[in-house]
Amino acid sequence: MIRINCPFCGERDHTEFSYGGDASIVYPELDASMEEWHDAIFMRENIRGMQSETWHHANGCRMWLVVERDTMTHEIQSVRPAHKGNAAVLSTTDTGGEQ
Amino acid sequence: MSAKRLPQGGRIDRDQRIRFTWDGSSMTGYAGDTLASALMANGETVLGRSFKYHRPRGIMSAGVEESGAIVTVGQGRRRDPNVKATMQELYPGLAASGQNAWPSVRFDLGAVNGLFGRFFSAGFYYKTFMGLPPMEWGKGTGLWMQYEKIIRRAAGMGVASREADPDVYDHVHGYCDVLVVGSGPAGLSAALTAAKAGLDVLLVEQDCELGGDYLNQADEASGKKRKDLIAKLEKAGARMMTRTTAFGLYDYGTAGLLERVTDHIASPDKHLPRHRFWTVRAKQTIVATGALERQVAFGNNDRPGVMNVAAGRSYLNRYGILPGQDIVVATNNDSAYATAAELASAGATVSLLDARATIPESMMSLVGNSGVNLHTRSAPLNVRGSHGVNGLDFAVAGQGGWSAQGSESCDLVLVSGGWSPVVHLLSHRGIRPVWNVEQACFVGPDEVNEPIYMAGSAAAVWNIEDCLTSGESAATKAIKALGGKARQKKAPAPGGWESPIEPLYEVTVSGRQLKSFVDPQHDVTTEDVRLAHREGFVSVEHLKRYTTLGMATDGGKVGNIIGLALMADAQGKEIPEVGTTTFRPPYTPVSIGALKGRNVDGHFRPLRRTPMHVWNLDHGATMTMAGLWHRPWYFARKGEGISEAYVRETETTRRTVGLCDVTSLGKIAIQGPDATEFLNRIYTNPFAKLPIGKARYGIMLRDDGIVMDDGTTWRLSETDYFMTTTTAHAGKVMVFLEELLQTRWQDLRVHVTSVSEQWAGSAVAGPKSREVLEACVEDPSVMSNDAFPFMGVIETTLKGGIPCRIARISFSGEMAFEAYVPSDYASALMDLLWAAAEPLDGCLYGLEALGAMRIEKGHVTGAELDGRVTIDDAGLGKMASPAKSFIGSAMRNRPELMREDRPRLVGIKPKDASQTFNAGSILCAEGKVSGLGEGWITAVTHSPAMGHWIGLGFISSGYEAWEGKTVIAADPVRKGNIEVEIISPHMYDPDGERMYG
Ligand SMILES: [Zn+2]
Repeated sequence: MIRINCPFCGERDHTEFSYGGDASIVYPELDASMEEWHDAIFMRENIRGMQSETWHHANGCRMWLVVERDTMTHEIQSVRPAHKGNAAVLSTTDTGGEQ
Repeated sequence: MSAKRLPQGGRIDRDQRIRFTWDGSSMTGYAGDTLASALMANGETVLGRSFKYHRPRGIMSAGVEESGAIVTVGQGRRRDPNVKATMQELYPGLAASGQNAWPSVRFDLGAVNGLFGRFFSAGFYYKTFMGLPPMEWGKGTGLWMQYEKIIRRAAGMGVASREADPDVYDHVHGYCDVLVVGSGPAGLSAALTAAKAGLDVLLVEQDCELGGDYLNQADEASGKKRKDLIAKLEKAGARMMTRTTAFGLYDYGTAGLLERVTDHIASPDKHLPRHRFWTVRAKQTIVATGALERQVAFGNNDRPGVMNVAAGRSYLNRYGILPGQDIVVATNNDSAYATAAELASAGATVSLLDARATIPESMMSLVGNSGVNLHTRSAPLNVRGSHGVNGLDFAVAGQGGWSAQGSESCDLVLVSGGWSPVVHLLSHRGIRPVWNVEQACFVGPDEVNEPIYMAGSAAAVWNIEDCLTSGESAATKAIKALGGKARQKKAPAPGGWESPIEPLYEVTVSGRQLKSFVDPQHDVTTEDVRLAHREGFVSVEHLKRYTTLGMATDGGKVGNIIGLALMADAQGKEIPEVGTTTFRPPYTPVSIGALKGRNVDGHFRPLRRTPMHVWNLDHGATMTMAGLWHRPWYFARKGEGISEAYVRETETTRRTVGLCDVTSLGKIAIQGPDATEFLNRIYTNPFAKLPIGKARYGIMLRDDGIVMDDGTTWRLSETDYFMTTTTAHAGKVMVFLEELLQTRWQDLRVHVTSVSEQWAGSAVAGPKSREVLEACVEDPSVMSNDAFPFMGVIETTLKGGIPCRIARISFSGEMAFEAYVPSDYASALMDLLWAAAEPLDGCLYGLEALGAMRIEKGHVTGAELDGRVTIDDAGLGKMASPAKSFIGSAMRNRPELMREDRPRLVGIKPKDASQTFNAGSILCAEGKVSGLGEGWITAVTHSPAMGHWIGLGFISSGYEAWEGKTVIAADPVRKGNIEVEIISPHMYDPDGERMYG
């Protein structure tokens, strides 16, 4: 059971969250070409080690988070709100909110 | 084996006699007995039959590693197979029976399997059924089908009840600072150290009593020390659980525990669960799980009456049983000496065979004083006797190995081949144990990258005093890791015996054929392991699967190390070079009931009811499941079945007016200065110029250009929209909108809120729908055609001051409205509407009629929008604006998605109007009923408006390509082939005159 330290709710079981995807993807503008969209949607690295990924606190505060997680060990290095405004309001550090 | 209960001693209560039955015979034991000890005291020796050869099996241990006394406990609905008799506490009325045997474990006809032993050697299944020459398709499979039934019956593992489990199981969640697994000396001392430091300690013990190896000691000092430690733990506030197994360790200190609450009780309180499945999140974990004594492979080492030495000690000291009269104890290490001495002191004749040449003085005097006959450089070679032990052939060590050296009569053979620390929990974490040559066992590595500490004999610390220190040392590490202060105690190094162990895994002499078992439960012999090696199996993992070594219910606790040693020997390598198999959870079996907990029947998944649920039931609704929702299916009147009811509801709605609970639709409030821009990006059609007070039907695509959902969105003000989604996709759409706003489009000032639960709604459909609403609103003028045109939205007040929002939208194809009120007013809304609709000869309608009307109109739902369909496939291509970009607009133009011959939405009708056809049928060209066909049918209904059956579906190139052609709706397993015609999906009122009217 991975435990994720939600900056708003505190540490919770990963079953409260749902996995989003690769947080490093920069989605193209809506009018970008099919090729750019193709790469953004389908092309993924298969990382062994630390990976930046999005998680949604679906059964909690509904915040989208950016989580740095080691895909080998499940070790989580940092958790932060995906939205800059949320991050500013919660003024979190990279290691998450309430400890 | 001629075991006898002693007149005194042990932890049993001789004042509490317990009656139980074994294979139908009534027997007695005492409180404190296990089923195994009670059976042993009653002189029962053959308790089971082995998996393949049906060889007789007896008690081999006194614990979880039991491989012989595997029995069935309970009867009828509570029949539980594969129970280890050594772990089953005795209770009054317990009914146990042998398994894998017919007619009984003593006289088992299946034992003839033993005569065909060569057929069951390593890889038997693979060779026989998968590789039979000639390798033609189906040959091996055919044979398998033929023999499977016979073999499955012959090689079975007990039979579970076929009736529903009557017991209740619970899931429990727990937290602690320090989880201590195992309550032997190391565990007790670790828990006490941590609890005294003020930490929240949870100590779990699989046994019914705390104490671990203390329970097997005869001396008073041990008993006193145990009591003392437990009393101190209670005082220090540690939580202690017995009959609880930590069966697995998972990420982030999560442990899975199985608590057996009532398995030891004759008539449990009916409010108690049988088992509790605990998920415990521990900050620190101390593994003090002890060690298991190993067997040695020698001839007939599986006979009833061959046990491990520790078991002999346990039956003597804990259960007050002298397990044999003429006992041979065979060992390669110091640990057997005390047991040999105690058995001799209790009155048995004891011979001790030690494989080693030199024995420490203290050991010699220990057994010498007790009258034990000690033979050095000696080992067991072959057991005599078929259903038990009546003698043992010995071997002595010489220059070139073992040689036979006569025999001795005896009735019990106790074997110690060394000890294997229980490193299972560490292994669950992917941490590989390392081979300790001096102690001849696997131990945890020195450095572990998780807050897990091994203590006591689980860390190969063999004597009790050192185990206490080991526990204390582990606890101080945990205390420090949690920021507490503690003086670090040095952990004792592995070991503790006076003289070293001499590894011994197998005893053979040249020229003698022996049946020596490595895994007695799965009948894997030393020859099977060697055969696997000869056939080229070098990996331990392959060996395991090929021979099934370690795949019985004990999970390799008994035979793993011997198997590894034999492989290493065959390959000319050392054990660590061959590797170790990875132990995986669970450590001991977990009941399916405990895994499911309360998640059965109505609790299997959440049930969602609309706030009109009771109102619907009161008005005659028959309900059906739609996803998680309970929704009205139809409202039968007297004498009606579903078919009559929905046809009447459809007809009535089209003629006058119908009401339908649509609360389950997803509803999302979209608010903020950039709400309009947001909607314009997520919908394919333009939303930038939607006026306040108007609704618009919209379609959303996924990023990849496939349709995600559809619904209407109502503009309530400059910055406030009310979006509806389909019932099925409500959650998914909400998540996607949140993702877009919180990740990709952080600059958009929009907030989305799910308000699905806040608003209850009803469709009011049919030519008289306006009349009904006029009667319900406080100000009827708001309902006029001019004030409230098609796709109009109003916020108004219903009679009685009920706030309400209404849109003039239609799913049925009639003039229709959807009216929403705050959920608390749901029944009031329905009362008002029904009071107005009933006198107009209106009706209530359910999902079946809703479906019929939408199919007539060719409106798509989840059945059509199945995640493969593009907006063009659904015939809604004109909804995709060419003037703007939106989610999916780039990817919907992928060449494959633009092909002209893609399956497109069509209507379907039978050629012969009296015929019916099924959803799920494959559409095929006439004369070409094969393969994937040309399309498929998604939905069918009887159309009251048209007087025959109709359907929706998809067919390549759309309906224009099939005009005038006969198409076959193929449904081979149900209806067979029906001739149909392909028509436009807009089968009823295609121009929408009724809707706008
Ligand atoms: Zn949260």
